[in-house]
Amino acid sequence: MNFIKKYLIPRLVSYVLVIFLGITAVFIIPRLIPNDPVQRTIQALRARGSLLDPGTMDGVIRDLTEMYGLGGSWLDQYGAFWSRLFRGDFGVSFFQFPTRVNVLIGTAMPWTLGLMLTTTFFSWTLGNLIGGLAGYYSRKTWSRVLDTITMVIRPLPYYIFAFALLLLLAYVVRWFPISGGTEIGRTMDFNWELVKDILWHSTLPALSMTILGGAVVFQTMKLIVQNVNAENFVQYAKLSGVTEDRIVTKYVIRNALLPQITSLALSLGQIFSGALITEIVFSYPGLGYLLYNAIITGDYNLIMGITVFSIVGITTAILVVDLTYPLFDPRIRYS
Amino acid sequence: MKILRDLFRDFRFLLSFCVLLLLLMMALLSFFTPYDPTLIGVVPRDLKPSSTYLLGTDTNGQDIFWQACNAVRNSLIISLIAGLVSRVIAILVGMVAGYKGGWVDRVLMFFGDALLVIPIFLIMVMMAMLVREFMNLVVLGLMLSFFGWAWDARVIRSLILSLREREFTNTAVLSGTGTIRLVWNEYMPYATPLVFSTLINNMSWAIGLEITLAILGLVNMNIPTLGTMLNWAINYQAILLGHWWWILTPVVLSVLLFIALYWLSVSISEYLDPRTRIQRVGA
Repeated sequence: MNFIKKYLIPRLVSYVLVIFLGITAVFIIPRLIPNDPVQRTIQALRARGSLLDPGTMDGVIRDLTEMYGLGGSWLDQYGAFWSRLFRGDFGVSFFQFPTRVNVLIGTAMPWTLGLMLTTTFFSWTLGNLIGGLAGYYSRKTWSRVLDTITMVIRPLPYYIFAFALLLLLAYVVRWFPISGGTEIGRTMDFNWELVKDILWHSTLPALSMTILGGAVVFQTMKLIVQNVNAENFVQYAKLSGVTEDRIVTKYVIRNALLPQITSLALSLGQIFSGALITEIVFSYPGLGYLLYNAIITGDYNLIMGITVFSIVGITTAILVVDLTYPLFDPRIRYS
Repeated sequence: MKILRDLFRDFRFLLSFCVLLLLLMMALLSFFTPYDPTLIGVVPRDLKPSSTYLLGTDTNGQDIFWQACNAVRNSLIISLIAGLVSRVIAILVGMVAGYKGGWVDRVLMFFGDALLVIPIFLIMVMMAMLVREFMNLVVLGLMLSFFGWAWDARVIRSLILSLREREFTNTAVLSGTGTIRLVWNEYMPYATPLVFSTLINNMSWAIGLEITLAILGLVNMNIPTLGTMLNWAINYQAILLGHWWWILTPVVLSVLLFIALYWLSVSISEYLDPRTRIQRVGA
């Protein structure tokens, strides 16, 4: 009971509030800007050279007003906005008219999810393992070399790092394909060839995200381990003759991992943005690339759909990581 | 002077200081640009680097060297606006939340945490799309500053929380010092080094986001920045055409800038925190 009251309820409340706040922001932002999205869309249509007679134009304006949910007072609009979200209805995409936004997001989602899950897993595990060892053996040469390398990689933003890797490994030495998720024109029937092709095209995006994410994990882990190292219980273990392997894995790294779980939860949002940006660099067919096309074609519905999906997805993921925390920390007991 | 001498002993500080000095000189040089940097077709197109055109020219017919100088300056201006304004927000929020406590603290920190958790990159893309027509350096800087204060407000808040428990706070309050004076005169000196080192990190974050937004075409493409330079080079297929001087200039400059800013902030914060200084020496 105490666990529910002290741990679960506050987290659930803030989870709901954050989603509420984020989606309200998505609702308000377009309405704060002093120009009419309907007129802008019409202008964009005209600029592309489509000529419409006045009757059709009125119809288009009515449809657009309804689609953007711009009829009635702000309060009515707000209510309508939420009821559409609960039905999971984001309207129709302009960029691939008349496909529904949901369908587009549904096809792109597995790519982003796959990329993000694998890279987060690898960067977190490898970063913690190598960072932990480097922190424990911080005076060895290899530890110092790794430290210097991460000092160079860490400050680079996702776009610049991915782009530099692309230039180096796909243009200068042609080891990897330049863009895409598969070879052009490959049909999506499931077979071994397809899996191999997808893995081959995903290597470079995954590599760039893993290195960049891993560098951050490595650095924080190394610092935490260096601090744990100075604690009395580690000294005591050393003096009482516990083997070094056991000290590193069972005493030092295990204790240092706990804050890393929290920081993983906090950084999920950034990792997600990073995945979107990396996809844009490599034209990888996930949500990021969809977002890119939506921006280029001014497809506001699609952008809104992606944003709402991401807010809900990321906050849920953070909640899940947060809720598993007591499983790892034996000191938290609510009974 | 002693502080500077100590700092220069760290090779990272020395190196990043020199690189930043170089970039700053480029930024200052931009005021002597021989033509209007927003104009196109002022010099012959697609020339390799030579003694007349130090870094070559691009397909737009612009001199890449002068473009780069302006780009560095404009990127620095954006990041300074973003960094300084968000520092003001972070100090205000952090101090009010830390000093007042109670529900004010909870509400402010909830907003801050929400900004950390929500993928704000997407929210920013939405905003940038809508203000596209009015987009310039100042608007972009302000937009970034609105999203960049959350983490640092939290850091300042926890500093204030610990300062509030100290003896001198009681002395000041009991001897009749007003809240604003107390916070400004007594607490601010403790917060200043923190504010400075977060300023550098925040500037680097802002430059990175500017590049990303520019790649998406969401900023004013006529104003040269590191991001717009890269966007033009990619759009004109500078890689496939082998115009390496065009594509490499913004990439190398931004890599240098990011590393220099990061090393500067790391060496300064290590200097400020003696515990990490001891760790570096290996005691």
